[in-house]
Amino acid sequence: MEIFGFSIWSIIGVIAFLVIAPFIGCILAGLDRKITAGMQGRVGPKLLQPWWDFRKLLAKEDATVNGAQDLYVWLYLIFIVLSGMVFFAGGNFLLCVFIQTLGALFFILAGYSSRSPYADLGAERETVQVMSYEPMVLLVAIGMFMATGSFYVADLLSAEMPLVRYLPLIFIGFLYVLTIKLRKSPFDISMAQHAHQEIVRGIVTEFSGRTLALVELSHWYETILFLGWTGMFVVWAGGWVAGVVAVVVALVIWFFEIWIDNNFARFKWETMLRSAWWVALVAGTVNIVYLLFI
Amino acid sequence: MSNVGKSPWIIHYDGSSCNGCDIEVLAALTPLYDAERFGVVNTGNPKHADIFVVTGGINDQNAPVVKQIYDQMLEPKVVVACGACACGGGVYQTCYNILGGVDTVIPVDAYVPGCAIKPESILDAVIAGVGILDEKAKAMKMNPADKDRSEKDASTGAHASVADVDDGTNADAE
Amino acid sequence: MEIGIATIAFLILFPVLVALMLMFVRGDRARSYITVVGALVIACGSIFCATQFLSPETHVYAIDDGVALFIDYAALVIEVGLCLYIFVKGVYYKKPLAVVLAVIQLGLAAYLDLAVAHDVNVANELYIDNFSIIMALIIGIVGSGIIVYGLGYMRVHEAHNDGPDRRPIFFSVMFAFLGAMFAIVFSNALTWMLCAWEITTVCSFALIGYTRTKEAIDNSFLQIVLNLIGGIAFSGALVWIGSFYGVMELDQFIATTLSLAASGMGVITYAPLLLFSLAAFTKAAQMPFQSWLLGAMVAPTPTSALLHSSTMVKAGVFLLIKISPCLGFTIPGFLVMTVGIATFLFCALAAISQPNAKRVLAYSTISNLGLIVACAGVGSDGAIWAAIFLLIFHAVAKSLLFLCVGTAEHHIGSRNIEDMDDLFQRMPRLARLMAIGIMGMFIAPFGMLVSKWAALQSFAQSENVILLMLLVFGSAATFMFWTKWLGKILAIANNDAADVELTVYRSEWASLGLMTVLTVGCCIGFPLISVSVVAPYLQTMFGVASNAIPIGDLWIMAVIALVIAVIFLGFSGSTKKRIAPVYLSGVGVDESARTFRNSFNGVSAATQRNWYMGDIFGEKKMVLIGLVVSLTLIFGSFAFVTQSVAAESETLAGITAARDSYEDSLWEQNDIDFNTYQQYYEYYRQYWEQNKDALRQSMGIESMDDLMDTLFIQMFVQNAASGTQDSGTSGSEGGNQ
Repeated sequence: MEIFGFSIWSIIGVIAFLVIAPFIGCILAGLDRKITAGMQGRVGPKLLQPWWDFRKLLAKEDATVNGAQDLYVWLYLIFIVLSGMVFFAGGNFLLCVFIQTLGALFFILAGYSSRSPYADLGAERETVQVMSYEPMVLLVAIGMFMATGSFYVADLLSAEMPLVRYLPLIFIGFLYVLTIKLRKSPFDISMAQHAHQEIVRGIVTEFSGRTLALVELSHWYETILFLGWTGMFVVWAGGWVAGVVAVVVALVIWFFEIWIDNNFARFKWETMLRSAWWVALVAGTVNIVYLLFI
Repeated sequence: MSNVGKSPWIIHYDGSSCNGCDIEVLAALTPLYDAERFGVVNTGNPKHADIFVVTGGINDQNAPVVKQIYDQMLEPKVVVACGACACGGGVYQTCYNILGGVDTVIPVDAYVPGCAIKPESILDAVIAGVGILDEKAKAMKMNPADKDRSEKDASTGAHASVADVDDGTNADAE
Repeated sequence: MEIGIATIAFLILFPVLVALMLMFVRGDRARSYITVVGALVIACGSIFCATQFLSPETHVYAIDDGVALFIDYAALVIEVGLCLYIFVKGVYYKKPLAVVLAVIQLGLAAYLDLAVAHDVNVANELYIDNFSIIMALIIGIVGSGIIVYGLGYMRVHEAHNDGPDRRPIFFSVMFAFLGAMFAIVFSNALTWMLCAWEITTVCSFALIGYTRTKEAIDNSFLQIVLNLIGGIAFSGALVWIGSFYGVMELDQFIATTLSLAASGMGVITYAPLLLFSLAAFTKAAQMPFQSWLLGAMVAPTPTSALLHSSTMVKAGVFLLIKISPCLGFTIPGFLVMTVGIATFLFCALAAISQPNAKRVLAYSTISNLGLIVACAGVGSDGAIWAAIFLLIFHAVAKSLLFLCVGTAEHHIGSRNIEDMDDLFQRMPRLARLMAIGIMGMFIAPFGMLVSKWAALQSFAQSENVILLMLLVFGSAATFMFWTKWLGKILAIANNDAADVELTVYRSEWASLGLMTVLTVGCCIGFPLISVSVVAPYLQTMFGVASNAIPIGDLWIMAVIALVIAVIFLGFSGSTKKRIAPVYLSGVGVDESARTFRNSFNGVSAATQRNWYMGDIFGEKKMVLIGLVVSLTLIFGSFAFVTQSVAAESETLAGITAARDSYEDSLWEQNDIDFNTYQQYYEYYRQYWEQNKDALRQSMGIESMDDLMDTLFIQMFVQNAASGTQDSGTSGSEGGNQ
């Protein structure tokens, strides 16, 4: 069934992402803080704490450091959402990656525009983070294309085998950079989540009130998008079973990321860059060669 | 019902304290007291913080710093003076360089005594601050277009003294 | 038919005419007038050419033999003149290497034209196809725009210069250069192309040395030495194909190579392909020849924009894209793609360590050319699609950036990126244009990245692990060095910095505006260009006309590009919100200047410099690795090809002899004495006229040119194949006859 040339499932995917993703993202953020507190032997905040934080930020006074920053943050949000829409519509994965990078660029520009020493440094570190994870993310797309002959996420739903069967090493490499993308320790060098601190608040130092609320919202969308990328590795033409497996795997990976977050001290940027590139080089090369032989 | 109080983010500044209170502030964030139960996050950044926790007295050198951090916090905001020195200078009151408590430079909403202050008291103070925060937020909501903070504060009634001291920052606000 | 020749002749000769006029015009006003009118006419001419000849098929034009002969001799005279010019300059400035190379080139060119090319019949001297139209549009519109920009720029430049005003030379060389570029893209006769190729080299030489400082002179000689190597390689390739294939036309060369490859004789085609690749490497500044392009950055900015980013260096990749159907899965193809992709990666990494904006642009130019070269080396339809779009978008976005840097340099007094801090306030309009240029270079939805996407896809299809790995890391490096620059210029300090762009000349704004419109317009028109221009070209080249990227995704990109451009050009940069000073730990003194009170109660300034990662991706390290890799590849493939050619030398000798004897016997059989090629041609024409219908039906031959091609290639391949089968015996027999 099609509406204006789009399949009904694409439209459902887009709407579901637009509407539900922020709520799930918010609850996951709350759960993250609960689990983290649990790992540290604390009670921790309420589950909906990120939601209250968000509401609080909306209620704060309107102030900004310049006339451009808010625009960049808006563009960041819009492009992250657009990228998620492309992904959950079953669209081109590479297009999704590129739009997500565009969003990341505007986030960086928002940091740079403030010309504050802390946000500036945070923005530069964010740039290094993008540089660190970009090869691996592109390799995911390449691996996907070489394994299935298509960049379209929807095509994975009709594949006989899940992607991870063809891309075991690329999947591991992806998990490595997923830690950077989710801004988890040891790679939270550009900004640190909730109770942590790094160069004050890194790239978000100069965002305040509603602008910061938008950033939080974007992060919720981002979390769902990245977990979607994770789930993408394990779906196949298995109907709802595949869907459940994808959700379960994504959640397990997400829990694993929290575990890493709580067990590693922050790295220096050199360590991050070098390790991420080595992982991408080794995992990517070996896996692509493996693809050529199967 | 305002939501501001459910998410009190704090910034902690150490004036000229003996560091006794600062250790206790950190203790309040540890698993034993777990301030995050109440949504408290120590942001270290005035632009994100709602509650300004000051320990130690004010001297000539840190007076402008306290003032500047206070100015950079966004409305609604609350100041909590933690410990005897922050409340009124404490044992250093008579030192040549001490101006007095935090309220010599910025309006203080809650005074928490103790030398050193106990973590439980800090949590108490933050919770008290949350109440004031809610009231201020409500006042802001009632006059959304009103940028003049002294009027807002006057409308709450309870914090008239805040308004008086606060006049100096209105220029920035405009 | 005639209008085609007339258009090409106009496009080549009119710039030369303008150049001659400008040489003798001294007044500012007259020069501006001639330049603007000339530029407009050239731009209109190229647009006319596009509207008239845009079609899936290739238009070929045969020129009257007498005229062609005259042009042949004129080309020879020009080449000799150029070599003598370099010779004299080299002697004057005591550059022995340049002198030696000029002499070699002189000898080779004379030998080529007089001994080899003279005996080879050229049926169609000129051609127009969609790709040459794209190149013509770039040359005609971007090139002319840059020259107009030069009016204002050079006025400031000369004001800072104590020596004599040498602007007449400057502008006439720029225009002459446009004519030479048109000649390169429309010439099917390879000797003419070589002549134009050498003219661009010498134009570049003259313009790099324009300021006549020691640095400029040294760098101009570095350029001429490296490009003469390329010129010699080009001439060598022509000598080879002239003597062995008896061909001196681009399309014939490609057809011959392909048919040889199809009949299992690929190895003997490697030598000319390698030489052409080498020539293209030098012109496109690929490693190990990249150093001249960096040195060329001492030239005035319009020169850098025109010659060293948007047009001249494109001649190299133009040639490679043209011959790319011959390159797929061959040794030269492997060389081209590996050198290209290595250049892409290592120059992108080296760019991270550069604070000088023009050097960043230079490295990024080399790097992007590397990607185009790599695509040409892959030689699949998708890769060529990517290569052509990379070429288009690079030309427009990079010229925009060069012009922005030039204007910024004149108004802030520096071309260092650190000094462009806060440009958004000091030069608000320029900073926005620069931002669009920078984003045009590296981020979706702008064309460069979308083309890179197609490149990535074609690399994945070709299943080449090396290409893929180097591409992904190179892309990441690209993101790094552009983003940090972009961040620098978009920083806002909220102080009352003086707006210094009020004195920018109108001619500069006009060109900057043109380049911006082109950069954004090409992104928005991307799907249309793909469908209407590039896909038909690929259809004729490869027999498939697929858009490498689905049109729907291209439209999404086009819409985003439009939105971003509108926002960047339109948003005011002011806000109704309260402006809060930035956080300086509570000790800020003047937040907009980032000064704070330090622990000694004094005032310090917080400064923030970009990251250069010198110890990880230092320029020296990257260039060294790149040189080792590329030199190894080049020497390796040359050694391989020399060896295989030596092994096949008897075959080659056989081919030549067999061809000669075949022609002789053909002539004898028909009892015709061919004294001139006119007669030879006439014989074929008559044969064609008589047997037209039969040939059409039996062999599918559509024209006389086809007939000549087919006859020749059949004969050639038969002889060559028999030569190999009998391990050279029949070849030597042929030689004995």
